[in-house]
Amino acid sequence: MYQYDQYDQAMVDARVAEFRDQVERRLAGDITEDQFKPLRLKNGLYLQLHAYMLRVAVPYGTLNSRQMRMLGDIADKYDRGYGHFTTRQNIQYNWIKLQDAPDILADLASVEMHAIQTSGNCIRNTTSDQFAGAAADELVDPRPYAELLRQWSTFHPEFDYLPRKFKIAIIGSETDRAAMKLHDIGIQLVKNDAGEIGCRFYVGGGMGRTPMIAPVIGDFISPLQMVSYAEACLRVYNRYGRRDNKYKARIKILVHEIGADEYRRQVEEEFAHILTLGLEPPAAELERIKGFFEQPGFDANASDELDLSDPDFALWVDQNVHAHKQPGYAIVNISLKPTGGIPGDATADQIRLMADLALEHSFDELRVTHAQNIVLPHVKKADLYAIWQKLDEAGLAAANLDLIGDIIACPGLDYCSLANARSIPVAQKISNRFADLGRQRELGELKLKISGCINACGHHHAGHIGILGVDRKGVENYQLLLGGCEGADTSLGTITGPGFNEDGIVDAVEKATDVYLAQRVDGERFVDTFRRIGMAPFKEAIYAKETANG
Amino acid sequence: MVEQNLRYRDDEPVGDPAVTVDAFADQSNATAVRIEPGDDARALLPHLDRIALVEVNFPAYTDGRGYSAARILREHGYAGELRAVGDVLLDQLSHMRRCGFDSFAPNQPISAEAADKAFATWPDVYQKTVDGRPAIWAKRHPA
Repeated sequence: MYQYDQYDQAMVDARVAEFRDQVERRLAGDITEDQFKPLRLKNGLYLQLHAYMLRVAVPYGTLNSRQMRMLGDIADKYDRGYGHFTTRQNIQYNWIKLQDAPDILADLASVEMHAIQTSGNCIRNTTSDQFAGAAADELVDPRPYAELLRQWSTFHPEFDYLPRKFKIAIIGSETDRAAMKLHDIGIQLVKNDAGEIGCRFYVGGGMGRTPMIAPVIGDFISPLQMVSYAEACLRVYNRYGRRDNKYKARIKILVHEIGADEYRRQVEEEFAHILTLGLEPPAAELERIKGFFEQPGFDANASDELDLSDPDFALWVDQNVHAHKQPGYAIVNISLKPTGGIPGDATADQIRLMADLALEHSFDELRVTHAQNIVLPHVKKADLYAIWQKLDEAGLAAANLDLIGDIIACPGLDYCSLANARSIPVAQKISNRFADLGRQRELGELKLKISGCINACGHHHAGHIGILGVDRKGVENYQLLLGGCEGADTSLGTITGPGFNEDGIVDAVEKATDVYLAQRVDGERFVDTFRRIGMAPFKEAIYAKETANG
Repeated sequence: MVEQNLRYRDDEPVGDPAVTVDAFADQSNATAVRIEPGDDARALLPHLDRIALVEVNFPAYTDGRGYSAARILREHGYAGELRAVGDVLLDQLSHMRRCGFDSFAPNQPISAEAADKAFATWPDVYQKTVDGRPAIWAKRHPA
């Protein structure tokens, strides 16, 4: 894992001091709430419905046990004993007092963490593949490049007041586990025929009220020009992105309105100019960073043998454990989606337990996933049973990864001041309706995603089944979308028709799954069947009049 | 004329009123020009040698186009005064300086002491820009 040197540490320490000063000025009345708002937002501090919410950055979703333990301790010390892991691989605390915020940032800085640029119209925390450095299908480890982007984007003086927020994701595998094409910039590390690494820049994707899949803008940019190319992409956006309407201000609208070709032309012109300025960190810097991501000291004699005689353990292994590139090792996914639970929430004790397991069994590493789960990336297969037993005792052994119970949901109207409808109760009802794990497994991979408003923090556009909460004349109403997908075959969901109330949407989801079960052919996932047979059969079933005994 | 309260240059301030970018092209004797957020700073590049003052207006501090305008001018060799005017607040000064501004005419006055503190916020910087400060990566890998 990357470790701060004195420069990195001085930057986060300076940030703590700066924010402490800003909070003092605010509490003393020297600055107005209007003037303070953008300052606190740049430190991830939102004023929500009931309290301040603090969003802490987990750069490219990677943590060590000391950092994870601190996240648990902060939950106990400053919040109500739990935290919420988000779709951007971060963690949020929902019950923060303004006067505590500088102390929390100081605690975070003591473990090389921060809340820098987790909000505001700036470059946000760069996200990545949660299996980076471990996945069997990995071409290039994206983490060193993500760290390079983290440093470049931190306190970037030109791009702190962009038209709108800006999200970058970077991956290095064929399989896209980071919804890369649905980001403002998605970078895929690829190799050419000569075996050289290049950065493929997808620019102008996004969700929100106008979901778009990003087109390729730079096909094969040298990794030693990655920062300069990103700088060019951002400068064109900063100058020409729309500022007249916040709903049309994301880069996807700019790319869409002027067209990918014209945007590419402008970026290339800017890129050619920027290359003359020598802004790019040298190769030695990338090498220095790569040194922190050497593969851990795996036991070359680790066995692939696994005793699966405990049926519950066997189910968990089958569902939640992924192939590792190293023989004898596995990737463990810890689902934060127990039946009836709040997706992404974990208690302080659970967070500390996961930290302990990482220290003992996973070379001191954890990952946060955009699906709001936690990963232990490097686990010896021989340790899996002991880990599973500890997870099970702590309520963390839900064997539902990528099943309908593994729901993504935003905080919704229970917390969020932007929301139009609650997300959490809907997630809980669906989770309870499909509590039977056998039934979930029968349905197979089924990504269900819920957003409580059109901003789409719950990624509803990319759900095989998506749910969007809206406000209809003061009443919460839920629209159903089918056929969304992230990854290599990214697609956007289509709305089925009129919306439903809270119970109605649960019934509608169930009817959609019934259609799938009746219509699927061998090996098809829900989304495959939908793509083959189209919306009509689903619509018919979902909106059919109730029968007398129905 | 806006009261000028922060200036980090040794030369004499320009007395001429700043004209718009459009008007500037037609006035061969103008030495001061004012850029609005929607203006293209590159339109000034052919005339940099006769400009002594560029004012970049920030009608709202949230509109960050002026940061790019400033950097573009400096990157192309503009050495005259570059003044941020308008809704320029204490907490933006440090970034503005990094983008090449060397004078500030804020709507709400900022004390020189407060400004000095703001400029000293960051012990180091991650990016190479136009302010001459070495990026952290350059310090890590001295040539």
